[in-house]
Amino acid sequence: MRKNLTQKTILIVAILAVCVLGITGIPSGFSVSALKQSILSRIQLGLDLKGGTHLVLQVMVNEAVGTTTDSDAEHIKEALQQNGIKFTSVLKPDAKNHPEVIQINGAPPDRSSDINGVLSGQYAQEYDIATNANGTTWTLTMKPSAIADIKTRALQQSIEVIRQRVDSLGVTEPVVQEYNLGSDQILVELPGIDDFSRVRSVIQSTARLELHLVLGGGPYTSEQDALNQLGGSVPYDAKLVQTAPGVNPSGWYEIRGAAEVGGTDIRSARVSTNSNTNQPEVDFYLTTAAGDHFAQFTSANKGKPLAVVLDNKIQEVANIEGQIRDQGEISGGSMTMQDATDLAMLLNTGSLPASLHYLQESTIGPSLGADSIRQGVMAAVVGMLAVLIFMLVYYKGAGINADLALILNLVILLGFMGYTGSVLTLPGIAGVILTVGMGVDSNVLIFERIREELRAGKSPAAAVDQGFAHAWTTILDTHVTTVVSAAILFLFGTGPVKGFAVTLTAGLCANLFTAVFVSRVIFDAHLNKKLRGEPISI
Amino acid sequence: MEFFGQPKVDWLGKKWYFLAFSLIFSVSGVLSLLFWHHLPLDVDFTGGTVVQVKFAQKPDIGRLRDAAQKAGLKDAPVVAYGAAANDEVIITLPERKSGESQLDAGRAAIVSALTTGYSETGKANAGTGKLDLDNVSSNALADWLEQKDPEHMGLGDNATVRYTQQAGAIIDYRDHDHSGIIASINNLAGVADAAVLNELKQGAYLSGFSIRNVEIVGPQVGEQLRHQALAATLYSLAGMLIYLWFRFELIYGVAAVVAVFHDTIITVGAFSLFNREISLTVIAAILTLIGYSMNDTIVVFDRIRENLRMNRREPLADLVNRSINQTLSRTVLTSGLTFLTVLSLYIFGGEVLRGFSFALVIGILIGTYSSIAVAAPMLVAYQDWRSRRGKSAALPVGRRS
Repeated sequence: MRKNLTQKTILIVAILAVCVLGITGIPSGFSVSALKQSILSRIQLGLDLKGGTHLVLQVMVNEAVGTTTDSDAEHIKEALQQNGIKFTSVLKPDAKNHPEVIQINGAPPDRSSDINGVLSGQYAQEYDIATNANGTTWTLTMKPSAIADIKTRALQQSIEVIRQRVDSLGVTEPVVQEYNLGSDQILVELPGIDDFSRVRSVIQSTARLELHLVLGGGPYTSEQDALNQLGGSVPYDAKLVQTAPGVNPSGWYEIRGAAEVGGTDIRSARVSTNSNTNQPEVDFYLTTAAGDHFAQFTSANKGKPLAVVLDNKIQEVANIEGQIRDQGEISGGSMTMQDATDLAMLLNTGSLPASLHYLQESTIGPSLGADSIRQGVMAAVVGMLAVLIFMLVYYKGAGINADLALILNLVILLGFMGYTGSVLTLPGIAGVILTVGMGVDSNVLIFERIREELRAGKSPAAAVDQGFAHAWTTILDTHVTTVVSAAILFLFGTGPVKGFAVTLTAGLCANLFTAVFVSRVIFDAHLNKKLRGEPISI
Repeated sequence: MEFFGQPKVDWLGKKWYFLAFSLIFSVSGVLSLLFWHHLPLDVDFTGGTVVQVKFAQKPDIGRLRDAAQKAGLKDAPVVAYGAAANDEVIITLPERKSGESQLDAGRAAIVSALTTGYSETGKANAGTGKLDLDNVSSNALADWLEQKDPEHMGLGDNATVRYTQQAGAIIDYRDHDHSGIIASINNLAGVADAAVLNELKQGAYLSGFSIRNVEIVGPQVGEQLRHQALAATLYSLAGMLIYLWFRFELIYGVAAVVAVFHDTIITVGAFSLFNREISLTVIAAILTLIGYSMNDTIVVFDRIRENLRMNRREPLADLVNRSINQTLSRTVLTSGLTFLTVLSLYIFGGEVLRGFSFALVIGILIGTYSSIAVAAPMLVAYQDWRSRRGKSAALPVGRRS
């Protein structure tokens, strides 16, 4: 009985062609190098093969809450003053553990309704407002929904800022995204980076540039010295800040807690050279609103010292010589041209809303990646050859069949990876090797069953038929179990391990097609050429 | 060609031997887990810092330890990594309790210990401003060349392109062809131009080591990953149980999961016995094993089910024996072929995948053994137990497939 296999053959050839195209793409030319180029552009290599850095960062979102309440407290103070309401202080009673709480102390009880008037509107929306029995202390606690909002925004903004910074460093194909293993974490993957110390300082710098009024004397030699001079404690609206390394004179200064100019007030920044010292410096420009405020402030505080604070370190202290509207510069320290360039870039991309902590870093040197590729390919070739040769020797004619199916299996797997843009990692290469080993299992199951049927005296055609029919359910079961564990691996795994799960799953799915369908067509084509009852080679 | 004719082995008659064998291996593994090496976990799970360094010459481990000690890294283990001929070492700093913001300090300390404490050329060139060609990045090298301008091209895009290309070629030579180490600057003769080469001879040196890999894991992430790995393993086992329950009957599922659990215990035990570290990729290998070990078991169970349908009178022990014998060739062949590829991975796949392939090498051997020696006998034991309690003596045939 001859079977018509034309349609099936066309289907197989079409799939083969589509997959080959998936691997190679459309090469720009016919040379070997053009082909290689084209393949490399389609099959992306993972960080562990290309070299690069994988980072997990924790966004300290609580800081963003603190910054918001800081500025709200400042605004409340101003509003109360404008309305002629006297009070002792507006402060955050426990800024460290409860950055979401603001307290107004010593408020006049007889003006409760006026205070209510000030606090209603924006503050009432974001805070739960309570007052003590005699109406002297008001407590504003930020609502959980508002806190959650700020945290989400801080995370999203951090991701955006880091992405811009990484882009401006010229990293190709970086990954910057929320990392779902923990909360408020960011995953950053930078392929091909070999100058990591620079990248990490660029990413981690909050780049929060602030101008603060310097209070009292200074610089003090140490924090303790400053405290002694100030009579043991720092006033609630002031803070002690240290100079950045390399700044002269170095030491501690007492500065006003609230900044005159904050991180979001910077419009742009650029690198320039100081005309006197010939040192590189960074010029920055303020937004219009901030410029207005700053002009007012500088004309009112002429002659007083002003501190340029970057990431909570003083870069420079200078006296205000006259009204300044919207421009300033940062020099100070031993700033190199590269430092200046990076700082200008950081100021331009905007400040991070909160600082970042490193939770995890993995840096693979490009040399290790290159060795891994070599070894992985070697293992794949040896393993595959061993399997192909074994099948030929053990099953003779049918071995050719299995080998063809196996090669097609690999072509489909790689084609799939080319189309989906899956990333090939070192464990992914191991997945390819395992696919070869596990894929050929299906052929063994079928062939052994065919041999068994032949031993039972069935004709070759019937034996092939029965062999495929009986082995099919077993093959399906075995594939499902492996795919189930690969799926769990995909859900739980990270980076390279995920790549392994993807290749293994794709390989085994392709195997169902090649080992069962393609192999069957080859058998049938072979049987078509034979006379009825003529033995087959298996 | 055929390895197996039609074997007639009484597998179930040997069940006590099997039991003894399984017990010896799993108990010794468990004992090692409890009292000897415990569970050796990789930095992925414990947290800490691991720096992998390759040297141009055979590294002197004793002197490396001294250098680390002097740099303030107390008790930082320095061990050879991989084959001795690789000249690689791993320097480990255990998890720092002090907090996550300090994570980077350990790496910096290790790098400085290597540069100024261990490397002779590094010591000699400290403070001279010379470039370490073994550890410089291609960007930094290009900047350096542009600044030195050995070809007198002046400033401008032409010079930038030219020196970037030269730097790229040198770094490519180092990283892609020579595992990150340049033996001698003279070897760059064919790679870089004469003028550049001259400049390098004057202004650069070779520290003789190259940092290949840095892993820094904070305690918080380590803990998250530990939980995840455990959860993934348990979910995987549960997934298998449910699938086999659905495809066969509960008792088949239980027997298969017990067999796979037995494989997992022995594999993890082997890691403890050999004091090999369990990393994320090893967990991946163990999950793969959980899926793959099922395969042989399913092949045998399928045949048992098929035989049960055809012949319900035959004593179960005989029927199971017959089923194992009938499928023996495919059980051994399928595992053998997969074993072949895994072995190739173990031998040729390099140090990074060694743990992964070790798990598979052990697991596939044990997995094949357990489907014959653990899973199938469990079915018989279950039926014996039921018949002793006077219940129906027949093993469920299961759903039709």
